[in-house]
Amino acid sequence: MTDQSHTRFSVALNVNGVKRKTEVRSADILLDVLRNNFGLTGAKPGCLNGDCGSCTVLVNGWPIKSCMMLAVAASNTNIVTVEGLKGSATQRAFIEKNAFQCGYCTPGFIMNIEGLSAIHPDADDSIIEEWLQSNICRCTSYEEIKAAVYKVLGKKPEAGR
Amino acid sequence: MESIGRSVIRKDAVAKVTGAAKYTADLKTVGSLYAKLVTSPYGHARILSIDTSAAEKVNGVHKILTGKDTNILTGEEIKDRPILATDRVRYHGEPVAVVIADTLAIAKQAANLVNVSYSPLPVIRSPKEAYQQGVPLVHEHLGDYEKIAEVFPKPGTNICNHTKIRKGSMEIGWAKSTVVVETEVSFPPSDHCAMETRSVSAEILPNGQVIIHSSSQVPFTIKKMLSSIFGLNQGKITVHTPLVGGAYGGKSAIQLEFIAYLASSAIGGQKVQLINSREEDFITSPVHLGLDAKVKLGCDAEGYLQAAEITLLFDGGAYSDKAVDMSRAAATDCTGPYQVENLWCDSFCMYTNHPYATSFRGFGHPESTFAVERAIERLAEKLGMDPIEFRWKNAIRPGQTTPTQVILNESRIGNVRRCIERVRELINWEEGRRIEITPERIRAKGVSCFWKNSNIDTNAGSGAILKFNEDGTVHLNCGVIEIGTGSRTVLAQIAAQKLGIDVDQIYVEMDIDTSSTPEHYKTVASRGLWMAGRAVLAAAEDAIGQLLNVAAQVFRVSLDDLDIGKGFVFLKDNPARKLALKELVYGYVYPNGNAIGSQVIGRGSYTLRGMTFLDPKTGKGVPGPDWTVGAQAVEVEWNKRDYTYKILRAVTVIDAGTIINPKLAQGQVKGAMHMGLSFASREGFIFGPNEVVETTQFRTYKVLRYGENPDYTVDFVVTPSRETAYGLRGIGEHALIGMPAALANSLSTAAEVHLNRLPLTPELIWRMKTGGVR
Ligand code: FES
Ligand code: FES
Repeated sequence: MTDQSHTRFSVALNVNGVKRKTEVRSADILLDVLRNNFGLTGAKPGCLNGDCGSCTVLVNGWPIKSCMMLAVAASNTNIVTVEGLKGSATQRAFIEKNAFQCGYCTPGFIMNIEGLSAIHPDADDSIIEEWLQSNICRCTSYEEIKAAVYKVLGKKPEAGR
Repeated sequence: MESIGRSVIRKDAVAKVTGAAKYTADLKTVGSLYAKLVTSPYGHARILSIDTSAAEKVNGVHKILTGKDTNILTGEEIKDRPILATDRVRYHGEPVAVVIADTLAIAKQAANLVNVSYSPLPVIRSPKEAYQQGVPLVHEHLGDYEKIAEVFPKPGTNICNHTKIRKGSMEIGWAKSTVVVETEVSFPPSDHCAMETRSVSAEILPNGQVIIHSSSQVPFTIKKMLSSIFGLNQGKITVHTPLVGGAYGGKSAIQLEFIAYLASSAIGGQKVQLINSREEDFITSPVHLGLDAKVKLGCDAEGYLQAAEITLLFDGGAYSDKAVDMSRAAATDCTGPYQVENLWCDSFCMYTNHPYATSFRGFGHPESTFAVERAIERLAEKLGMDPIEFRWKNAIRPGQTTPTQVILNESRIGNVRRCIERVRELINWEEGRRIEITPERIRAKGVSCFWKNSNIDTNAGSGAILKFNEDGTVHLNCGVIEIGTGSRTVLAQIAAQKLGIDVDQIYVEMDIDTSSTPEHYKTVASRGLWMAGRAVLAAAEDAIGQLLNVAAQVFRVSLDDLDIGKGFVFLKDNPARKLALKELVYGYVYPNGNAIGSQVIGRGSYTLRGMTFLDPKTGKGVPGPDWTVGAQAVEVEWNKRDYTYKILRAVTVIDAGTIINPKLAQGQVKGAMHMGLSFASREGFIFGPNEVVETTQFRTYKVLRYGENPDYTVDFVVTPSRETAYGLRGIGEHALIGMPAALANSLSTAAEVHLNRLPLTPELIWRMKTGGVR
């Protein structure tokens, strides 16, 4: 690495419906720019490695692990973070179903479910599982999160398995 | 307006679903500098040299500290751990140097350029190996370390604590035993894996004021430790802890705080942030301990336990931290919730060349319970008795004594038998505990009991302040950290109930500031609601006293004539004569302008009573105020052909005393069960040559993910405690405790083989079943 890598470029990012200009290094990940440059700390670092999903945001409607995307690659996209939601069904369901404890994984799960419910409004259990296995919650039993997803998708809770 | 028994929405709910919730690393300050650790790539090695010259040349580097700059030993019980390694590293991931730079990217770049040369040393790979004669010592100077009186290290060995439990007579016990079994269990260290990695910042103001922000369960202890280690007046130190992103015991250790403080002080007090990477959080910061254990149990022909001999060798890793206390706690409850008249237990905390351990949810109990419950399962089997019946028969009851010879009453022990009876119903035990669904697929059930006391400092306590606003709303200020349990919400319910107002009228800030928040010992040991609940009750009583005093003057009656409720102070014999709280909370003003009374500020504090240190020879003593007990069951479906299995159901019945918030209580219990199953089924570090940890990422260190969970059933038995607010009991940790044993018991039944190791992977079952040969 040379000092060159600390040089900054100007980029414009479209975040939560607002076009915002900022300075980034070419190596800066989207997560760090959202958090450090814009103060949008809802997306959390959990592993910076794509393993935990706590950094999930929507990019053009798809849940993306913002630790795995360079900030420069996100210009000309539409980025939505948890701060961009305004009392969404997922947020309400999380409160109603007690789907969090420490809350650290919560923005990531919520953004993933926001993407899921838009892209697969009729998702069955196997699709839900495939999507939500990309996030880790260490506090809850996942039953509470499952109840919240079901609520968002309008699915009936099944009895046992 | 009842607040007790209602599933009130958590006070932090909206913040947590909107991203507004702030955790330590979310608090950004312009001008903060960043620190990055250089850590050991070996499990045990001599440091030959450290060359920082290339790293210092990187633009933007302010300072690089090594062990030479920080020659101080730390440790709450035994001062055995250097802040940065000096001549030698004792575990993979140990901090060796710290780089302080303008940005994290620069700090990382420079950290990569710090050139440390090592010469590897022989390693201690397990507590069993550590216990052998003639093996290398992890700490040669153990005898020279400063320590508290209640730990018993043995200089010249790798033993950093030895707890002895001696009760009854082993001779009589074995003589009465007609059936005897011996079981050995073992499992490696693992990790807490809180989703928020540990993170701190430190700053020293020109007037000497030290300001720490830390993702911690113990901000008040951080203050005391910084004070004692660096000789600072406690008033000069303020520790802030905002919301914490999961802890599970792992954030009760103090480590990064020391490094950040030294880093800040080395650069003139500027603010320095130090945040663990996930890899560092796995191994550099303390882990969950491992165990090698041996249990010998005997019972008579009717199935009553007569004798137990238990040897626990805990893997405390390279430094003692809280593992020494966990080894003691495990000993105090070593039999599980069963009556055993004749008992001998030796519990050792061993030094090894593994990452060092600190508190983990259950504090030594999930570990020792796995050992003893596996032995109980075998004993019942050998005797030919149903394992649930065996447990029910031996379940400990009021009037009997614990391993440390505490005489029990109902308030202290609750109702173990009732929990067992209910679990039996809920898991449908009668249908049979091993059913062949198809020739390949076997369904099987296993059970376990649990109990746990707190084992914290004998004088641990808590304080609370209730401060009224002019409109009658209240701020609750107390030192229990919001680590996810919802305790601060439940404490608001307790305050609301006592003050007779709606819980919505009570406001709870989520961050702790040790300079203005009343102290809560530590947010550990399921003692948050237990102790702070009492403090909040006392504060509410104090506030009520002040309110009634003013009202008594207004009405010209005596205090006995008054009562409080529904937002009013009123006359008992004429409730229509009343004053709204808001007419009293800032004092009462008469029509002519005269005022009496003043702002109501309720104050309360509480300290545990009647706790004692343990007798070093017999273990006799009172380790905590009460036990939370319960029974658990797991049902699995195991595949005979490929040895894989699915966990179908898990059941917990816990005697939780009075439930203040049912939804939150359910969540705590299920979350703990889940963590226990994750630990038991797939977690545990894999070590390579020189005890290098090979699994420091979630792609190699597996935890349960969405959909891999079974169905969870939770039910409560209610034996109120007589000592706590409204009869509640601690429940944060307990449902983890029996899960590993219940899972192992179910899989052992399914596969018809004794599974005494963790994690319970299909490969382990295959090895045990076939000897590892195809
Ligand atoms: S921080 Fe991005 S996946 Fe973990
Ligand atoms: S709520 Fe704590 S990690 Fe999910």
